[in-house]
Amino acid sequence: MNRLQVELPGLRMKNPIMPASGCFGFGREYAELYNLSLLGAIAVKATTPEARFGNPVPRVAETPGGMLNAIGLQNPGLTDVLAKELPWLAQYDVPVVANIAGAEAEEYVRVAEALSKAPNVQALELNISCPNVKKGGIAFGTVPAVAAELTRQVKQVSNKSVYVKLSPNVTDIVEMALAVEEAGADGLSMINTLLGMRIDLKTRRPVLANGAGGLSGPAIKPVAIRMIYQVSQAVKIPIIGMGGIMDAEDVIEFFLAGASAVAVGTANFVDPFVCRTIIEELPEQLDKMGVSRIGDLTGAGWR
Amino acid sequence: MLEPGRFVHVKVSGGVDPLLRRPISICDVDKTLGRFKIVYRAEGKGTQLLSERRPGEQVDVLGPLGSGFPVDAAAPGETAVLIGGGIGVPPLYCLSRQLTSRGVQVVHVLGFASAKDMFYRERFEALGPTHIATVDGSRGLQGYVTDVLRAEGMTTCDVYYACGPAAMLRALEASRLGSRGYVSLEERMGCGIGACLACVCRLQNDSEGAAYRKVCTDGPVFPVGEVVL
Repeated sequence: MNRLQVELPGLRMKNPIMPASGCFGFGREYAELYNLSLLGAIAVKATTPEARFGNPVPRVAETPGGMLNAIGLQNPGLTDVLAKELPWLAQYDVPVVANIAGAEAEEYVRVAEALSKAPNVQALELNISCPNVKKGGIAFGTVPAVAAELTRQVKQVSNKSVYVKLSPNVTDIVEMALAVEEAGADGLSMINTLLGMRIDLKTRRPVLANGAGGLSGPAIKPVAIRMIYQVSQAVKIPIIGMGGIMDAEDVIEFFLAGASAVAVGTANFVDPFVCRTIIEELPEQLDKMGVSRIGDLTGAGWR
Repeated sequence: MLEPGRFVHVKVSGGVDPLLRRPISICDVDKTLGRFKIVYRAEGKGTQLLSERRPGEQVDVLGPLGSGFPVDAAAPGETAVLIGGGIGVPPLYCLSRQLTSRGVQVVHVLGFASAKDMFYRERFEALGPTHIATVDGSRGLQGYVTDVLRAEGMTTCDVYYACGPAAMLRALEASRLGSRGYVSLEERMGCGIGACLACVCRLQNDSEGAAYRKVCTDGPVFPVGEVVL
């Protein structure tokens, strides 16, 4: 029995750990450091129809226990992702979660349709929560009816499971979750970054060239835990939990809140081996808690 | 032999504050002793914490990372001008040692804020002529490294290598000091290994497009003319 194995719609994972989208590129850099087949899945960088350069630098700023980023969905574009990145990843025995972004609904649909046909893509992650682009992104993720309509359109063209990545920058996260569930989402991933800003005392201007950016890292973990705790009790679809996970104990906390798998983001920048380390340490953590399978812990914090 | 200009990504504390690593360029390497040296300014919270670490303590270091200065771009007998500004000076020491050991004539032009910020002057002088500029005039010429180049009539050289603030690098690029030049860029970094795309820069031949270079892996050193400074 594999104690770490979890099954979610479209995703049969040997363990519940995946690097979060945007924090792992398309895997090439980390493949130099360890075998990517160890991972439960890989959520690759958001893909848009055309290649994007993203925002001007500085794109990152540090905060206590966290970081702000405003990369701006830099990516090589749909054609290159299909022709180069995904075929390269196919050498590894790991399911790919393709993160989808666009400026208009039509763009999301186009990217979703194309990427869902890639053989090693097992699920789509609908990025309606990127705070760092002028058009698209979070604009689709803060009004429930808009998010639901986009989910519906993407579901129609996708033959793979669709996870909707929720923004925490909303008044009522449960309302948003229910809306996309009703629209046919197979699962949720949450949370994306929280909007934030830092101002430089010398220049008296925001540190990030973009002004605001997305806050990630351990600083946002309590927000993620609270939101997953609320949403998991309201919806029937599974949740991929994320937001500040640094170690195996954090993973357990996300499961207790209601997650069925997790994504590790910012921690990869601090320790590029962190996903592998967490996977190695999880069994010991389960022993400590007297739990045989990690899946048994999903929602144990409120059940 | 370690290519000069590469860097290490240093975790300055065990906890999550500060969270990210600090990229610090390697100043010198002693392979037989298995040691390397970094010189940094304890200015921000991270470098301040690092400066409080005592001999014998372990520090989590990732590296060496990045692509450094091409030492073989200068042939034996040629003259190389090494230009550093402030905390951009340290990697030039390792570079100068390697250049001189292969018979390249080196000239150093080093700029600091003031005399009290100056370091390694004697070590550079032992390797070749060394000109100093300070912003406040407390040592050497008052002004910037470009003022030294002008005052010394250094309008041309076989190859130059530079590390320092972006404004200094832009001034050097505009000066057309040599047909071959290599500049080391500073940028805020996330991962340091090329994954997060925090430290990208644009290409001069595609300054509006989607093409880019990553300072952490493609750089920090680039040939003059390749990227937008």
